[in-house]
Amino acid sequence: MAQIFPEWTNKLPTYAALGAVVIGAVVVGFIWYYGSPWYTDVGYRPAQPVPYSHKLHADDLGMDCRYCHNFVEESPHANIPPTQTCMNCHTLILPESEKLLLVRESFANKQPIEWVRIHKLPDYAYFDHSAHLRAGVGCADCHGNVAKMEVVSQTQPLSMSWCLDCHRNPEKSIRPLDQITNMEWTAPDNQAEYARRMIEERNIDPPKDCSGCHR
Amino acid sequence: MSSTAQDVSGLPDSEKPLLTGNQTFASITATISGIVERKTPPIWYLALGAALSLLMVLFGSIGWLVYEGTGIWGLNNPVGWGWAIINFVWWVGIGHAGTLISAILFLLRQRWRTSINRFAEAMTLFAVSCALIFPAIHVGRVWVVYWTFPVPNQMGMWPNFRSPLLWDVFAVSTYFTASLLFWYTGLIPDLATFRDRAKTKIKKFVFGILSVGWRGGNRQWKHYELAYLILAGISTPLVLSVHSVVSTDFAVSILPGWHTTIFPPYFVAGAIFSGFAMVVTLTIIARKIFGLENMITVNHLEKMNKIILLTGSMVGYAYGMEFFIAWYSGNIYEQFTFINRAFGQYGWAYWIMVSYNVLVPQLFWFKKLRTSVPVMFVASLFINVGMWFERFVIVVSSLAQDFLPANWDYYSPTIWDVATFVGSFGLFFTLFLLFIRFLPMISMAEVKTVLPEADPHYVAPGTKGGHHE
Repeated sequence: MAQIFPEWTNKLPTYAALGAVVIGAVVVGFIWYYGSPWYTDVGYRPAQPVPYSHKLHADDLGMDCRYCHNFVEESPHANIPPTQTCMNCHTLILPESEKLLLVRESFANKQPIEWVRIHKLPDYAYFDHSAHLRAGVGCADCHGNVAKMEVVSQTQPLSMSWCLDCHRNPEKSIRPLDQITNMEWTAPDNQAEYARRMIEERNIDPPKDCSGCHR
Repeated sequence: MSSTAQDVSGLPDSEKPLLTGNQTFASITATISGIVERKTPPIWYLALGAALSLLMVLFGSIGWLVYEGTGIWGLNNPVGWGWAIINFVWWVGIGHAGTLISAILFLLRQRWRTSINRFAEAMTLFAVSCALIFPAIHVGRVWVVYWTFPVPNQMGMWPNFRSPLLWDVFAVSTYFTASLLFWYTGLIPDLATFRDRAKTKIKKFVFGILSVGWRGGNRQWKHYELAYLILAGISTPLVLSVHSVVSTDFAVSILPGWHTTIFPPYFVAGAIFSGFAMVVTLTIIARKIFGLENMITVNHLEKMNKIILLTGSMVGYAYGMEFFIAWYSGNIYEQFTFINRAFGQYGWAYWIMVSYNVLVPQLFWFKKLRTSVPVMFVASLFINVGMWFERFVIVVSSLAQDFLPANWDYYSPTIWDVATFVGSFGLFFTLFLLFIRFLPMISMAEVKTVLPEADPHYVAPGTKGGHHE
């Protein structure tokens, strides 16, 4: 009987097996890198309707985060300031500025400015700013050094495993309560010992079960 | 050699030849290959059309489910598990007969299995395919069903290994993989036969690839038989473990009527019971249509009916024992549950279950009935229905009336529950029709081993026949 397959096909199974391994590795690597929020989300920097500079206000002028985001210590939601907060100063400072036209319009028409949200958590993840601040987690731990940003961008992936990393090992992120808004704060040498004491004192027990965040 | 003689009516059962009609190696190959090689009969197209229509019903129902969510089903507040889980358990259970025939009966040297094992294993694969649909779609958000597998991910999320639902994922996927390998390994010599008989280039090519270089040499047989034995050894514990794990979905919970230690053996017996009923149903149809009465004889069917009688009685024992333990435990919730099962709002389903699963198989005590093809066909259909109702009774009656009377409700399915279940038959029969059209539905290589020619030895003149005593 004539051969159905030529001789070179003897090597096909070996090549197919090798190919499967290579393709598998490439697919896994591709998803690992390009599917990760470190790739998809970090660096998100949408254009805002008003060219507001955090660098100017928080760094050069030295304003505290909580002047504008004033509910952050009391409420789950760190509020975006209403236009009135801007106008506290800008009725007197640069009242004619071209760049602030939209702010003045918003103030006159009593219509909020439509800022573009950068840090998005899904609706099914419950997050409370006040609880984190009371535990001693700094703004910069999640938002990066906002005081150095002309335009704010996302610096952390905000993925579930990223949340859990800290919930499982909170020691690195616990600071004195008066340093919370300090963008330049670095952990002192005795951080581990200090954090252990604070965890005891402030009764910090970050939830690690599903219902902690998915209520 | 009396084994091949036509008149065997005087012999005891154990000495009757397994195949009738003076079969030879050549006639077996010709009969079984012939089914696939001859022109496609119109009835096959008709059947495939019907099966594909049902398959479309399945796809439609799943599509609507994905779009709209599990709210389209009849689930309500106490009854969070409905037809999806009932259908899952039912389909998985059916698969078990195939594995029992192919693995356990192989290890026990039950040579009558050779006529039905290919067929039954195919049934296992297709039934498990149907079963796998239901847990996958019942999660509602189908696109995240991969969360049940331990895949490292950016959510830092890992399956909960303490949950029996996760054990299920592993049990059933292992079962499918092992069954597929076992089935395919068994197919290789037959695929090579098809390759050698193939007339067209495409067929030669396709069967050439599928038969992975099988030449039937002595060394190949040596490795093949060892591999087959090992796979049988791997599959054997699965016959018992898979449905035991499925039963823990229920038994590990604290619901009265579910939380009992009898569940694993009870589920396994029920699975084999329903599986054999399905094998009998399908075999009777296939041997009639394809004229395989000499390969799958009444003798084969009778042996399956004996297993049905045995396992049906075990299931009946479990039904009785559940009531006994409910009384003996002194647990009033357990007692309420069982009295409510038999005489409460789902009493009708309970009595369908008992009469179809326990009473119907008792017919097989009588030789006349267990060797009558029409009787066993009807009985097997009753058992298939009865075993579906068993799962219905277990799932629904315990959930609908649990600890808090304020929560009690009556569960009834919607058109979408029914359409999904009916549609799953479309998948089952589509796969089955493709199988019987393109692959050998009886294992030619194995069935030849039960011919006397395959077992030659000296017989002293004047002795009765060629059998070992």
